Amino acid sequence: MSLPARIGRGIALTLFAIYFALPLLSMLDFSTRAKGGAEGRTGEAWANLFQDEDLRNAIIMSLLLALFTAVAMVVLLVPTMIWVRLRVPGATRVIEFLCLLPLTIPAIVIVVGIANVYSWVTYLLGDSALTLTFAYVVLVLPYAYRSIDTALSAIDVRTLAEAARSLGAGWTRVIVTVVLPNIAQGVLGAAFVAVALVLGEYVFASLLHFDTLPVEIALLGKSDASTSVAASLASLVFVSVLLIGLSFLHRNRRSSS
Amino acid sequence: MTTAAPDTSTERGVAVHLQDLTRTYGATRALDGLDLSIEPGELVALLGPSGCGKTTALRILAGLDVATSGQVLVGGRDLTRVPANKRDMGMVFQAYSLFPHLTVADNVAFGLRLRRTSTSARRARALEMLELVGLGQHASRYAAELSGGQQQRVALARALAIEPSVLLLDEPLSALDAKVRVQLRDEIRRIQLEVGTTTLFVTHDQEEALAVADRVGVMNAGRLEQIAPPVDLYERPATPFVAEFVGLHNKVAATVSGGTATVLGASVPVIDGSITSGAGVAMVRPESVSVSASPTGTASVVSVGFLGPISRVHVQTEAGDALMAQLPSALAVGLAPQDRVDVSIAGTPVLVVAG
Amino acid sequence: MSSTHASGGRRLAAAAPALGLVPFLLFIGIFLVVPTVTVVATSFQGADGGLTLDNIRALGSEAALTTLWHSIILAGSTAIIGGALGALLAWLVVSAGPTSRLRRVTLAVSGVLAQFGGVPLAFAFIATLGFSGVLTEALRSWPGVDIWGGGWLFGLKGLIVVYCYFQIPLMVLVFVPALDGLRVQWREAAVNLGASRWQYWRHVAVPLLTPAFLGSVLLLFANAFAAYATAAVLVSQGNPITPLLIRSALTSEVLLGQANLGFALALEMIVVVAVVMTLYALLLRRTSRWMR
Repeated sequence: MSLPARIGRGIALTLFAIYFALPLLSMLDFSTRAKGGAEGRTGEAWANLFQDEDLRNAIIMSLLLALFTAVAMVVLLVPTMIWVRLRVPGATRVIEFLCLLPLTIPAIVIVVGIANVYSWVTYLLGDSALTLTFAYVVLVLPYAYRSIDTALSAIDVRTLAEAARSLGAGWTRVIVTVVLPNIAQGVLGAAFVAVALVLGEYVFASLLHFDTLPVEIALLGKSDASTSVAASLASLVFVSVLLIGLSFLHRNRRSSS
Repeated sequence: MTTAAPDTSTERGVAVHLQDLTRTYGATRALDGLDLSIEPGELVALLGPSGCGKTTALRILAGLDVATSGQVLVGGRDLTRVPANKRDMGMVFQAYSLFPHLTVADNVAFGLRLRRTSTSARRARALEMLELVGLGQHASRYAAELSGGQQQRVALARALAIEPSVLLLDEPLSALDAKVRVQLRDEIRRIQLEVGTTTLFVTHDQEEALAVADRVGVMNAGRLEQIAPPVDLYERPATPFVAEFVGLHNKVAATVSGGTATVLGASVPVIDGSITSGAGVAMVRPESVSVSASPTGTASVVSVGFLGPISRVHVQTEAGDALMAQLPSALAVGLAPQDRVDVSIAGTPVLVVAG
Repeated sequence: MSSTHASGGRRLAAAAPALGLVPFLLFIGIFLVVPTVTVVATSFQGADGGLTLDNIRALGSEAALTTLWHSIILAGSTAIIGGALGALLAWLVVSAGPTSRLRRVTLAVSGVLAQFGGVPLAFAFIATLGFSGVLTEALRSWPGVDIWGGGWLFGLKGLIVVYCYFQIPLMVLVFVPALDGLRVQWREAAVNLGASRWQYWRHVAVPLLTPAFLGSVLLLFANAFAAYATAAVLVSQGNPITPLLIRSALTSEVLLGQANLGFALALEMIVVVAVVMTLYALLLRRTSRWMR
């Protein structure tokens, strides 16, 4: 590569790095700044993450929601997708279409239409933020579908199942003890993505009036920007760790296959 | 035949000289002082196992790789420092080199478009080239709509459309089915003779090399082991490496004296490069070995492989040599493992090397 | 193999596997299809439940049209800026080689930042460019420039700057595979046939990448058009974009005099996204003859 080209590359990459790093570093600086224009640093905003009761409750709620959503997604989607491969291959297109549909319908549109459904849900199950699980499963469907679909494509589900059935296994046994272990990484990946998405979800929670972490952060922003920024950075770091862990998962799979 | 079909102009070809080419990648030496001369209009095949440097040699000739030292001379001109896009060479890659967004005709005309040839002239030339490779009716298709063999024909037409000084074929058949491979290789030879372009053909398939080339160069570890017309190479391999690579060879104990070798009790002439006297190992081709059933035979059959017109019979001699014989299937009928057989050797010259 | 008496049972048996899909279909039906159908149906309902086109007509009001226009400007400009800069970054990354550290790091970071919409993103920019943001204060003290500029960050311009922060990484993620798809042989074949570096880009690389680039830009458009959370937190006054107008329609009783305007606006969003997806499908069909 010629010298001018090298310099051009270097400059371009540096500018990109600055653009992406600046807001992140600013969050760190902003959230540790001393209050009232004083010099120096304070960890007050970060301590609030654990001391502010509303915030703490919201964090717990969001984590629970993430867990519930991941579990519900796996329970609903994995058997369905395996079943489609094994017994109803004709339905592949339909299921794929339905799973990817939430990508094309903006979340806010679903929120508008889901109010009636949710009045039934809260009537039947009570007014807990955990009922958001249902909406969130829909939301994470496209990402989860892709992850699991990739894993399923990598193995020959049919042959595996036929082998197990010929040895006397029933369908439940085939799915749970034969297919599932072979797509574990794909399922885990789907669960990771689900957790990451749920922790950042704001549209449903705010418009259906449930207090999750993002809703609480947004609310706090009006009175205590430093704590909001600290919480934002904390949730970003948490999600980064999840997603980067996920990319390691993928790399391991590639090297082991 | 179109009117513009090239006349029998072997004089259109140019001579190619690769002089003392060395190419190192870090500690590995891909080429180690390669010398190779190609006559005008000649088709030379470079043959060798993967990693022997044959593709590196071709890519250096094309300008796609740079020699660490040495020279590339084409038609007397030193091209060593000339960039690839100024070399006027047509190259056919292993596979998937057609531009997918262009039709077959536009692919073939691509080089002419770069040379600012008029639209009508390059259209005509593209069609002419497509006729030459037998794909005139597919001009408006895309690469994705063609079979692998057809794609390689288009790639050949594209390379020839610019009337290259040298045609470079980099394992052009290796991604194809066996049947198409044979068909296309014969066609490549027909077309090359027709246009008379000096050609370098790189392959790891000895049958392919022997079938198409005027001369075959066998490469090993970045050097040319031997370069000779196919028949010579086959009958008079200069080194054990060539002998083994060019045909399956039996290694049989032999003694040499006075220009003949005694192998399995028979006297056989030795070829140049053999040891001149003493004990050694003879490289004997399977088709030089024949076996016949005999209750008093000195060898026994290990296995018989039926390959259609010919069969391969593996035998074990009492002396302990394991041999493979290749004979017409009619002669192998009735042989079964454990049968006693006599083994004899044809009088064709053999290479004997120090054991 | 007498089958007459068993055929009814067999037909049932053949349909039985499909029953395994019922839970999934039921779930999707309730939580995705019903809401979507509700949106469409309610768009045509008046406050009394009767059939009306008033809601749709209200979409033609100047306020609604301006908002839609702003939404399209926001999605369009960030798709184009994000698409161009993202493609540039993707190229810088790919040309560094398939195993380079630059590539690994950039892809991992992009994977995180592309998902980094929503509330935290808004606060990241408040912390950077807000009134007492880090960059704002730094530039205010030296060289004395005021980039706060009366709070542009909290309007449409601000949204454009902020959205690019997730649009560029998203572009990197979707465009790197397209660049990886450029085979070395194509460049070598072109060079071999006499192409200069510029001619290779002009005649081979750019035409080959154009469909992927346009497709990616359409995806970015849909992504920005549908985004809500960042804007909801950032924008303090007015409803510059459609999702925020929907919020007001949902939270305040009557907007622009129409009870079900929120549904009509949601329908409008569906239509815009559908148009984008149709364009995308047309694009695919145009190139499908030569794309694998």
